[in-house]
Amino acid sequence: MIIDLRRFVSEEQAYWDELQSVLAKLEADPESRLSLDGIQRLHYLYERCSSDLSRLDTFATEPSLRAYLDSLVSRAYSLIHETRAPVKLRWRSVVFALPRAFRRNFGAFRLAVAVTLLGCAFGWFALHIDPRNKAILMPFGGLLVPPSERVAQEEKAREDRLKGVKASFAAQLMTHNTQVTIMAMAMGLTFGVGTLVLLFYNGVILGAVATDYIAGGQGVFLAGWLLPHGSIEIPAILLGGQAGFILAGALIGWGDRTPRADRLRAVAADLVAIVGGAGVLLIWAGTVESFVSQYHQPVLPYGLKIAFGLCELAALSFFLGWAGRE
Amino acid sequence: MSRRARSLTIETPEGVEFSYELASPVLRALAWIVDVAAISVLTKGAGKLTELLAPLNQDWAGALYAILYFVISIGYGIALEWRWRGQTLGKRVLRLRVVDAQGLRLQLSQVVLRNLLRVVDMLPLAYFVGGISCFCSRNAQRLGDLAAGTIVAREREPYVPDIERIAPAKYNSLLAYPHLAARLRTLASPDSVRIAVQALSRRDGYDPVARLELFEELAAYFRSLVRYPAAAAETITDEEYVRSVLRVIYGSQ
Repeated sequence: MIIDLRRFVSEEQAYWDELQSVLAKLEADPESRLSLDGIQRLHYLYERCSSDLSRLDTFATEPSLRAYLDSLVSRAYSLIHETRAPVKLRWRSVVFALPRAFRRNFGAFRLAVAVTLLGCAFGWFALHIDPRNKAILMPFGGLLVPPSERVAQEEKAREDRLKGVKASFAAQLMTHNTQVTIMAMAMGLTFGVGTLVLLFYNGVILGAVATDYIAGGQGVFLAGWLLPHGSIEIPAILLGGQAGFILAGALIGWGDRTPRADRLRAVAADLVAIVGGAGVLLIWAGTVESFVSQYHQPVLPYGLKIAFGLCELAALSFFLGWAGRE
Repeated sequence: MSRRARSLTIETPEGVEFSYELASPVLRALAWIVDVAAISVLTKGAGKLTELLAPLNQDWAGALYAILYFVISIGYGIALEWRWRGQTLGKRVLRLRVVDAQGLRLQLSQVVLRNLLRVVDMLPLAYFVGGISCFCSRNAQRLGDLAAGTIVAREREPYVPDIERIAPAKYNSLLAYPHLAARLRTLASPDSVRIAVQALSRRDGYDPVARLELFEELAAYFRSLVRYPAAAAETITDEEYVRSVLRVIYGSQ
């Protein structure tokens, strides 16, 4: 019990001030390292202030002093008991964060691919049983034109229809697709149902468009049109779906006895790495879609576009599969 | 029955407890309004900037605006909460702070995640989902907070009443007994001290009879905690006794 508060404060104030200055220094520069003596001193100051705080509990009518010590102890606690490594924005860790997180959670990616393929199959089936379903399934009017007619129009075009709007169009694609990817991840909060629906819906559209063009004998045009940007854009959205399923998995637990808060804490860095990486991929995909994909034969030969798309897909697969392996 | 707590208490392995006062959904909504205003000012600034660039190239200026708008909308919360250790402009104004729910250091991944998951909390509009989650969760967490393992805490303002105004300095007979004064400081509950401060601050507004009764009750409570010698305590009125008690508790002479 504290008998004389003034004496208590005057005796302890120097230790509180010292702890305050050490904390301020460490908080201002999270990457700074203390010497062994410095660590021992910090620990001593933390224990001393903790003890002062519990002594003050017997002295309940000092709210301002209690709040001050509460704040000092909580700040010191967060530094001393933190076991997660501080964030170091080194180029290697940033570049390899995506492939490492991708490989750690490959099961969730496989699920995202499976759901999208299921959607594709549904899109194919819907168009196969009744071609009139095209009007319902196609996301925008340009795709309602018969494929052969569209291909003829595109190949005859002498004017650049995106002239003067290419950069704006690319920016729209980047921001829209990034929003879709973030949404695919965030919908993991619905225990994965929202992510599942979003990926399935994307798959349905993709399947319907592919069925329409292949059935119309325009498979080469379709590959030349979609591969340059789609080989990056579609995997990026699948990565968003992967993040959504990781989040859902952490929420549900599947027999994992770890508390839910700890499961979510364990996947937070991977979610951010995957969605952040997908965002970067979508900047590239948006640029390619606007500046390359919309130009067809004879401006850009289909063979060249398909080869370009396949090279991108191979590079992305290599990056996700092997980059940063230890 | 509400499951919501007003504060989150963390017990350290050393057996010491510290606590965070949780921000109410209403305070958080006010902070959000300030942030929306800040975001709209920033996006308007971006609009003006790209307007200046438009004569050079309309297309690239439009692209720049679309990207800046997106980056500001998504990045505002992430950048400020990371740079200002859990605070945006709105949270700073309302004295709120995002902290780790286990009292540990707030990580960049937590800041990014809680801000990205805002898209679900905002559904279908005006943070309906996030608001429901705040009202229903024990620690007033929206879904983004639950997933990122964060809470929004109120920064405590030290409560120091203007003791010179409500209890002007006079000879205080209670201070003649330091051991009893120390005991009084120890035993008086914070709530009772707060009530006494309020009662003295508003004394002129009370009905005379109610005022007598109120100070009689308060004096009786403080007298029950510590028994002062008759010479020190019985020659002064109840109101004077409460005033002397406050000067003892706040360490004034």
